[in-house]
Amino acid sequence: MNTTEKMLLEEIADLHKVPEGAYNIRANGRLDSRSTTANIDIVTKTDKPGIDIIIAPNTKNESVHIPVIISESGLTDLVYNDFYVGENADVTIIAGCGIHNCGDQESGHDGIHSFHLAKNARVRYVEKHVGDGDGNGKNVMNPTTVIELAEGARLEMQTTQIRGIDSTVRVTNATLDKDASLVIRESLMTHGEQYAKTDFTVDLNGENAGADVVSRSVARDKSRQLFISKINGNTKCSGHTECDAIIMDGASVSAVPELTANHIDASLIHEAAIGKIAGEQLIKLMTLGLSEAEAEEQIINGFLK
Amino acid sequence: MLKLENISFTVNSDEGERDILKNINLEIDERLVAITGPNGGGKSTLAKIISGIYTPTSGKIYLDGEDITNMSVTERAKRGVSFAFQQPVRFKGLTVKDLINLAAGKKLTVAEACKYLSEVGLCAHEYINRELNASLSGGELKRIEIAMIIARGTKLSLFDEPEAGIDLWSFNNLISVFERMHEKIHGSIVIISHQERLLKTADRIIVVANGEVTDDGACDEVLAKMLASPPACKVLTDKM
Repeated sequence: MNTTEKMLLEEIADLHKVPEGAYNIRANGRLDSRSTTANIDIVTKTDKPGIDIIIAPNTKNESVHIPVIISESGLTDLVYNDFYVGENADVTIIAGCGIHNCGDQESGHDGIHSFHLAKNARVRYVEKHVGDGDGNGKNVMNPTTVIELAEGARLEMQTTQIRGIDSTVRVTNATLDKDASLVIRESLMTHGEQYAKTDFTVDLNGENAGADVVSRSVARDKSRQLFISKINGNTKCSGHTECDAIIMDGASVSAVPELTANHIDASLIHEAAIGKIAGEQLIKLMTLGLSEAEAEEQIINGFLK
Repeated sequence: MLKLENISFTVNSDEGERDILKNINLEIDERLVAITGPNGGGKSTLAKIISGIYTPTSGKIYLDGEDITNMSVTERAKRGVSFAFQQPVRFKGLTVKDLINLAAGKKLTVAEACKYLSEVGLCAHEYINRELNASLSGGELKRIEIAMIIARGTKLSLFDEPEAGIDLWSFNNLISVFERMHEKIHGSIVIISHQERLLKTADRIIVVANGEVTDDGACDEVLAKMLASPPACKVLTDKM
């Protein structure tokens, strides 16, 4: 790996060196390195590009890193990663993709991740997308996440995309069984003429299932964002979806929350707020000695944290 | 020392020009000065003019002899002016510790940041990592705002109605906070208030009514006059 690739790896997965535990590092459409543990196996798919990550029941306090790096201009990488998490396991999964595009051609990564959590399994999933490069080629990422949570399972998903991705369509579909819970925290920032679409669909099928889907975004310059979040309550369950966006310059943001209750005991809430940075927030920080630009940066960084 | 020279502030309204402040002249060098007066009399406007949020229509402002009239909010803050808002601002995502760090101008240890929160009667560990969002009550935000001013430790600290939105227990604590600040301050504190007990902590009281300074003197002297006069009494009870 060259220096640029190492820097991207550090940024998307906080990796300064070879990680402890299981990992699978993919660079420019090929396997770079892999490690497995007694409890976590990683197997290359034979029918399509990608891997199966198999986590044994009762695995505790282990992590899996599966970052993807693209530094070749013009490369579009499609990969299917399927996670099978055994009963009562409790693990952290760190994913992410970094694109460095110095050429004139479009570079892209379409990561299709599916999570199958068995009964009472718990996963913390962290995903970060970053793009850079000084060429004219666009950086495109279209992640799809499919989530199946069995009885009592819990997935906490934290996704971040704060720079360098020209176009993204982020699709997440989740189905929850009895007592399962899903927590999603999305942080997104777009610049220039970038476009970002987020599309969440959550089906609460099991009794007492719960979902909390929150997106915070900042749209700058002439960028455009579309946030769609659908929660379907099909039994006694609870669901909350929230879109909170700061709009700046000549940007455009649309928020489309949609709730459907198909059961009398489905309790569903949506919130959506779009607005510019409040003048009083800027002035407050300026009374602490920050310039207007520094105050703006603090507010945005805090908002997306 | 703060010096205000012929400060006036006029706004345009539907009914034409309205003078909010009329030719204010003041020198403030005491440790703790209270500004009081009826609602709408110009007190908060005066504080905002001193901190740079509003620009006076005419007049000059000097801080330690330097003309700061045309300086921005940021420049004045850097020269040692702090301002605690009457309605504290909420920030999604920024934590109490983030704000205390920004106020102090450096990254504090948790223990150092907690010290400032304890000063205003907050159980520091419960608050230090909380966001300054809608989950905090107005009274909690107010105390955090005051903690930020203490963390700044500047030569001029302005408090716009620090008692507003604070419950009785917290108010007693607030009095103690200002009494302690009075003892320790290396500079001046200016409190805008209607509360007699807060006014009593001051060395000097300035009464601003209808955009003008109508009285100015030692605490006991001005307070005695106010309490003896029914309209002034109303000023003190307006917001109690």
